Amino acid sequence: MSGTWMTTRAWLLMTPLLAVMIAVIGWPLVHTVGLSFTDAKLVGTAGTFVGIDNYVRMLSSANFQRTLVTTAWFAIVSVAAEMVLGVLAALLLNQQFRGRTALRALMILPWALPTVVNATLWRLIYNPEYGALNAALTQIGLIDGYRSWLGEPGSALTALIVADCWKNFPLVALIALAALQAVPRDITAASLVDGAGPLNRFRFVILPYLAGPLMVALVLRTIEAFKVFDIIWVMTRGGPANSTRTLSILVYQEAFSFQRAGSGASLALIVTLLVTLLALAYAALVRKTAGRTA
Amino acid sequence: MERRSPAFSIFIHLCALLLAVVILAPLVWLFVMSISPAADLSAKPLRWWPQTVDFSRYGLLLSTVANSAGAAFTASLRNSLVVSGMATVAAIALAIPAGWAVSRTPSTGWSLSLVIATYMLPPVALAVPLYMGLAALGLLNTVFGLALVYLTILAPFTTWLMKSGFDTIPREIESAAMMDGAGLWQTLRIITLPLAAPVMGTAALFAFLLAWDEFFYALLFTSDQRAKTLTVAIADLAGGRVSDYGLIATAGVLAALPPVLIGFIMQRALISGLTSGGVKG
Amino acid sequence: MSNSITRALIGAALLSASFAHQALAETTLNALFMAQAAYSEADVRAMAEAFSKANPEIKVNLEFVPYEGLHDKTVLAQGSGGGYDVVLFDVIWPAEYASNNVLVDVSSRITDEMKKGVLPGAWTTVQYDGKSYGMPWILDTKYLFYNKEILEKAGITAPPKTWDELAEQAKTIKDKGLLATPIAWSWAQAEAAICDYTTLVSAYGGDFLKDGKPDFQSGGGLDALNYMVTSYTSGLTNPNSKEFLEEDVRKVFENGEAAFALNWTYMYNLANAGADSKVAGKVGVVPAPGVAGKSEVSAVNGSMGLGITSVSQHPDEAWKYIAFMTSQQTQNQYAKLSLPIWASSYEDPAVTTGQEELIGAAKLGLAAMYPRPTTPKYQEMSTALQQAIQEALLGQSSAEDALKSAAENSGL
Repeated sequence: MSGTWMTTRAWLLMTPLLAVMIAVIGWPLVHTVGLSFTDAKLVGTAGTFVGIDNYVRMLSSANFQRTLVTTAWFAIVSVAAEMVLGVLAALLLNQQFRGRTALRALMILPWALPTVVNATLWRLIYNPEYGALNAALTQIGLIDGYRSWLGEPGSALTALIVADCWKNFPLVALIALAALQAVPRDITAASLVDGAGPLNRFRFVILPYLAGPLMVALVLRTIEAFKVFDIIWVMTRGGPANSTRTLSILVYQEAFSFQRAGSGASLALIVTLLVTLLALAYAALVRKTAGRTA
Repeated sequence: MERRSPAFSIFIHLCALLLAVVILAPLVWLFVMSISPAADLSAKPLRWWPQTVDFSRYGLLLSTVANSAGAAFTASLRNSLVVSGMATVAAIALAIPAGWAVSRTPSTGWSLSLVIATYMLPPVALAVPLYMGLAALGLLNTVFGLALVYLTILAPFTTWLMKSGFDTIPREIESAAMMDGAGLWQTLRIITLPLAAPVMGTAALFAFLLAWDEFFYALLFTSDQRAKTLTVAIADLAGGRVSDYGLIATAGVLAALPPVLIGFIMQRALISGLTSGGVKG
Repeated sequence: MSNSITRALIGAALLSASFAHQALAETTLNALFMAQAAYSEADVRAMAEAFSKANPEIKVNLEFVPYEGLHDKTVLAQGSGGGYDVVLFDVIWPAEYASNNVLVDVSSRITDEMKKGVLPGAWTTVQYDGKSYGMPWILDTKYLFYNKEILEKAGITAPPKTWDELAEQAKTIKDKGLLATPIAWSWAQAEAAICDYTTLVSAYGGDFLKDGKPDFQSGGGLDALNYMVTSYTSGLTNPNSKEFLEEDVRKVFENGEAAFALNWTYMYNLANAGADSKVAGKVGVVPAPGVAGKSEVSAVNGSMGLGITSVSQHPDEAWKYIAFMTSQQTQNQYAKLSLPIWASSYEDPAVTTGQEELIGAAKLGLAAMYPRPTTPKYQEMSTALQQAIQEALLGQSSAEDALKSAAENSGL
């Protein structure tokens, strides 16, 4: 069979997928770009061309800058915590102990729990008057009075990060565990003979096996954390005093609550650009790591 | 097998216990709330186990009496099943030919990378035109419209997983069948797809879980029982306007059951699916 | 042979005719309500059932969202061909809905009987620019609820008449160790906070807008926020108020953990006679207080109306349904949760019995209802104000600075 026919056939087989992706993602994306240069409203007026006004207004607004910082903080802290906790949990699950199989099975539960259910659950736990967290901490004696976990700017974002971590670190743990199981036993044994300490053993023997899979998890989780919407929408809607408002919530507000489709579109594209840059930076990092370990 | 000191062994067991508590405590509490009388849930100090176990909320939410809160909830349950099911089937249907094509003709791989890269797009960047487009086609507030949008979230993943699956099936088997005069479709159906069945199962489960979890598009594109999904129904309950926390918890338990069961039963397949790309990369 | 064919044909014709007949007769309306307690979900469903019994040809599908989602859902559903026919709308939205063509003008459908019978104050809920965009349905304002038992224990003989008195009485209760934080409000970053703020603005004689420009950053608007901040920082207000919505306030009040609470009508009977309430029989209600030399009482217009959307295919049936929902009969039947819009209902013993205290407060409160500003950009202004209120409460900026930046960000 000739190469050109193979290629043509391959493209034909891919046509349905590509057609759907172009229609439901490509076209809207182009449309969003167009909208971002207009003052269109969500319903009714198509809007007139306003050049880069929307971009200038959005980028220079204090709201945007503050929201960007909030989003970055949420993404960095939650992803870092998930990575550390995930690897620690994986190292633990790779040890011998009674009930290990059961515990490994449990790890799938938080991950399978729908995000909205997770957010709802934690909102109930954090309830300032009747929540389980306040009750538990007071009964143990760790705090002497009930607190407003989601009502204080100092603790609200942290509370959200904890809820997000609880759902996502088990996934990192499972990925890391699978990678750990691929580490050949004789290598760890050899390093023991060489007298390597536990830290060195982790750094030089085990980590190289973990780096690849963890990198994938890191990229996926960072992108997701940057796009975060669901958990915040359900738990705080951006409050108190907008201290938990992330970029996605800000775009929703602009485009749907205030019905300014034009400036909402420009804001959404700024977010897209940020996520893309982030992904490219990671890709470069991956290539560098791959080059070193190879 | 390395030997361990008793102290280290105790330490490991304590850590394992801690991990188990961290994972289980919130989930158990969700269930306890769902069976506690409302008065217990607003008691101070909080009652950790109900005086009388009360399963009535499950009956309330699952009742199908016309025009009741239960009917609204079961409608959203049905919509979630229908939307996730349709989107999953369609995502697999698109993934089989596309995944096979990329696997056998690597020169087309860049297009799949591009498709996968769409994952980076925040849904808010597409929401406004999608909303307008669905409105123009009369697909707003329909399960078909929502399933169509979900398809584009699921298809990149399913295609990628199917491609990895096809990669592990030697081409020689296919060429042998073709030599015997089987056409492409026949070869795929008789030889390749049965071999790729486990991967297909994993991909389908993944896709279903992804679709079941989706909230943002459902929030924007559905407005009532004809298409509203479970995630939106729960977010509505959790919005601070329902004073019976037990009812919110019950809805949460019911919404979590299908994916948690899938996760439990298929855990080995799911984990291998999760890690296949990473370990190889 | 031919006979049987004829018979079959006639049968088919009859069958299809009966289907056609049914299709003609059966109209389905989609209506959007909010999930809350004043006219609870169960009540609205019961009303719809009564309507369908009286009008078997019209079926009503009900949809409930939390208040926080009501506006966005209404606007978003406009794009869908089979959107809502009837929507519940807050008093603050007619301006925006009218300018964006979300609701239809129903001025010509309103009968003289309605015009005469409904309280004049209620009509402001549905009007914009001289046109009516629906019928008022929930006539509501925020009242000051108090726990009679706690006040008695503190030796307080009469509920406060001014906001300063409220602070003094709360301090007495706090000092006597009866409650650590005696006042509960709904100050979450939501419209609920604006309603409490507006009540205070009306007490201090402030203005939201002057000549279309924000005017809340000085005068009564600033005094109102300063009162909130002082009440919060002095520890008289439950600090969790800043994440409370109305239902949280009710829960705290019903648990006996608040001596005073600002809330809507619906709380009266739920707290005073509800099965879950621990303060049943001890609930007092008065109009929200005034400010010496400025006002006797204060009140926010928190009424809501029912309107027909511009995309509705069945405006006539929709109006029939609205007329039923807002009729004096329906409203009197459910008057324990929401007071009727009809003037004569307030003299009807069936409505007043058992809630004389509430009716008494309503007569003063409803007459004093103060509107939130009428502007198509209300959502933006409200969002900016919510942020300002929370920033001031949390001490992130002074009340004055917070309101100034809210004025700048209000989009006006």
